[in-house]
Amino acid sequence: MAIVEATNATMQFGGLKAVNDVSIHIDEGEIVALIGPNGAGKTTMFNMLTGIYKPTSGVLAFNGVSVAGKKPHQICKMGIARTFQNIRLFANMTTLENVMMGRHTRSTAGPWQAILRGPGFKREEQRTTDEAAKWLRFVGLIGQANELAKNLPYGQQRRLEIARALATEPKLLLLDEPAAGMNTRESADLTKLVGRIRKTGVTVLLIEHDMKVVMDIADRIYVLDFGELIAEGKPVEIQRNPKVIEAYLGKGAEAMLAQQA
Amino acid sequence: MDIQTKVGDGGWSKGKIALAVVGAILLVFLPVVLQGFVAMSFLVRILAVVGIYVMLALGLNIVVGYAGLLDLGYIAFYAMGAYSAAVVGNLFVKAVSHIGAVGLREFLTSSTFIFMLPVAALIAALTGISLGTPVLRLRGDYLAIVTLGFGELIRILATNNFLGLTNGAMGMSINVPNPVGLVAMQKPVINIPAVGFSFQFSVNLYWYYVVVLLICFTIFIVRRLDNSRLGRSWVAMREDEVAAASVGVNIRTAKLWAFALGALWGGLAGVVFANFQGFITPDSFSFLESVFVVSMVVLGGMGSIPGVIIGAALIGGLPAIIQGVAQSPMLASVFHIDAPTASAIANYRYLLFGLLMVVMMAWRPQGILPSKRRARELHPEDEKTLEEEDQSLWAVEHGIDGSGHDL
Amino acid sequence: MQAQLATIVQQLINGITLGSMYALVALGYTLVYGILLMINFAHSEMFMVGAYVGLFTLTGLTNPHLVGGLAAFFKGSGFGLVILFALVFVVAMIAVGCLGMLVERFAYRPLRNAPRLAPLISAIGVSIFLQNAVLLWVNTMALPFPQVFPVKEITIYGSAQVSTLQIFILVTVIILLTALDTFVARTRMGKAMRATSQDREAAGLMGIDINRVITFTFFIGPALGAVAGIFNGMYYGVVLWNMGFIPGIKSFTAAVLGGIGNLRGAILGGFLLGIVESLASGFLSTGYKDVVAFIVLILVLIFRPGGLLGESVVEKV
Repeated sequence: MAIVEATNATMQFGGLKAVNDVSIHIDEGEIVALIGPNGAGKTTMFNMLTGIYKPTSGVLAFNGVSVAGKKPHQICKMGIARTFQNIRLFANMTTLENVMMGRHTRSTAGPWQAILRGPGFKREEQRTTDEAAKWLRFVGLIGQANELAKNLPYGQQRRLEIARALATEPKLLLLDEPAAGMNTRESADLTKLVGRIRKTGVTVLLIEHDMKVVMDIADRIYVLDFGELIAEGKPVEIQRNPKVIEAYLGKGAEAMLAQQA
Repeated sequence: MDIQTKVGDGGWSKGKIALAVVGAILLVFLPVVLQGFVAMSFLVRILAVVGIYVMLALGLNIVVGYAGLLDLGYIAFYAMGAYSAAVVGNLFVKAVSHIGAVGLREFLTSSTFIFMLPVAALIAALTGISLGTPVLRLRGDYLAIVTLGFGELIRILATNNFLGLTNGAMGMSINVPNPVGLVAMQKPVINIPAVGFSFQFSVNLYWYYVVVLLICFTIFIVRRLDNSRLGRSWVAMREDEVAAASVGVNIRTAKLWAFALGALWGGLAGVVFANFQGFITPDSFSFLESVFVVSMVVLGGMGSIPGVIIGAALIGGLPAIIQGVAQSPMLASVFHIDAPTASAIANYRYLLFGLLMVVMMAWRPQGILPSKRRARELHPEDEKTLEEEDQSLWAVEHGIDGSGHDL
Repeated sequence: MQAQLATIVQQLINGITLGSMYALVALGYTLVYGILLMINFAHSEMFMVGAYVGLFTLTGLTNPHLVGGLAAFFKGSGFGLVILFALVFVVAMIAVGCLGMLVERFAYRPLRNAPRLAPLISAIGVSIFLQNAVLLWVNTMALPFPQVFPVKEITIYGSAQVSTLQIFILVTVIILLTALDTFVARTRMGKAMRATSQDREAAGLMGIDINRVITFTFFIGPALGAVAGIFNGMYYGVVLWNMGFIPGIKSFTAAVLGGIGNLRGAILGGFLLGIVESLASGFLSTGYKDVVAFIVLILVLIFRPGGLLGESVVEKV
């Protein structure tokens, strides 16, 4: 069953169609990659899925429910979590607190409970802390629990952002260039981490430029170029797709590659 | 490697406990000593005034310090509280005057201000919610100006005797003769002629203790809020609105809570102020007062309770103390302050105050006693540029992120 | 009926006069906001200081003990008056323009990379500082503004009158506004200003000296504000250390009403607000005349935060 079903999704900014008539679907438990050159409309897809943009036309459905017009916090509650291309952590909160923030929709205490501090409140706080610690262990950052997020090295910040997203208990996790700026070893670790995330039952949609990562983990790939979907298929198919090669390297590249081969 | 994940309050060190005990003793007994010496008794009144400022600053700290919303019309909620206490309080006294039983009547009349606390808090909080609901969508500096406009609006309405309630520029008095218990407390008189000490409980002292109790209550509540799901979401929202929304924080609700709670405390402080003064005029609620309270929070350290208290004490207390010392001939001779110097200090204090705000922003924007989080966030040496700081959801939505993000 | 119509005409005339002053001040807010995305809260004090500098220049130049025979020349003929007022305005514009640049240099520039609220708080500090500096320096509450300008009332409809001063104000403002519009559209510096307000970083990369543009903006805005301050003094016959606050907020409202960052919007907003306010004070109680501006401000920001000609400023969350 498709967990995400986008039908003719279009996002227009003034005269620019950032995403033009794109239809994709993601099945539960899949790892799907969204690739394409810069400015292809990948992050716009993410922003439509998470309620930051409202699509100009078309339907984006999550588990059969349209997300258009829903606010980011409502979508988070529905079960979509995301990371950002330019890491957006709560820089001056500790690592643990960052992940605790991920538990926001899965906890309920309001100001009254906070003031009265009944047993329910304490139980919830304990649970929030425990869960946060669990996800920190999952991404291997438990040792840094009390560090401020902004003091973490870059690769750890990326992992922290993933932990924060996972703490929201999503059914679908959107990763926006998780391997950007990582060295070979770090991106290999990341590949393993995404595999483990899948094992917890979370469906993953990722934007990634690192083709090694994409080819290693993606079940299927969608390719966007100038806002349009130009190809779809298994990694091996995409690798050989002339349209994709042209989009990435320009006309004539295919011939050049063929020559080299 | 495992790490303890127990929820705790952090625990208090021995030094901290000792400091708290000394502080508590000073808080309770220092005013008694001051009251006992004629030359220093004026300080008790100043302490009560400073206490009201501390309450205001702690309330505004929820809005500015925790939620990061600049409210330049905070004094409007203070005014709402004060006028509620006066209007509703006088009605209450009038209604109660029909009660036949003298004891009950007198008790109710003298306790008016206590009943007015929740009434005014509610009125102020509701006003805060109704103003906040439409305006909290606005970008930070716009919010500042709208709240400023609202503050002035309230003052002008009060000056123009709005709905015949406020008695205009002439102001209105609060018809409560003696607050509950004061008469009984005034009975004992302690005299120690040898050192010139003569103590009798005073109205000023009464309100000082009321204010101190309310401050303790405020700190208790604010600390609990800060250290909770709501408090965390305030900080997260202040740090990065887009990310906070993406992990499920309802930004509007979180902002509205901060705004309403801040307004509520403004209202509470207003009740105390109105009853303490016994008389209020619209002049007490000018824009400059709002600026003072903002400055207490900013200079003291946004988001830091001790910082805010120090800020309030410095800005609210120092000028009054200097003036008071100069007016008291005995102390003036001790401190070598003559009348012209004192009035010069009084005249220059706003000038210095403006200068201080500029210097503080450039040199120590995190305040005197910064909260650890806010301190790091506000320091300009952080590599954060204005564009990055401006990465509100709005900016992302409109594709003017400034960070060259992928469409 | 005719009497009522005359009242409307009269209030329109007053409103346009008021509006032209708001427009001048609003330009200062809009110019700075366009380039720095910052509300220059101290701008209202430029208006106030401008009025004082204008007043002192005027009294200085018409004082025979200071300038000897020149005083008689200035006051003697129409030509003399033109020279006199030209001098008063130029001196005030240059002085206040320099003050604006100083304020930017010392109170805002160090905070350029700080969070948004820091410069706003610093600006409030500057505002309080300038008000009290003037108060301490002048040492009186209010100073009368001498009526050197030959004011004549011209009856135009029923009891409605327009004064020569009102015509003078309107004509000067129109000249200044046209000049500014042309300047921004045509000159090199004007183009640099527009580029900077579009994208500061890109403008910098294109070789525009951003600091020069900002400094220049902080000269132009306050200089225009100073003119409005002098007009305000001439119109109401008095200058006061805190005279800037309320017109400042109103002019900011005008800038927001027109669409902040948009020059023509500021002018439109200024005139509109002036007219609305005058009509309201003509038909409602004058006590509530300031309320009108604040209500307009709150309503505009709630329902059309981008203003009449501007971009959207709402955070949709």
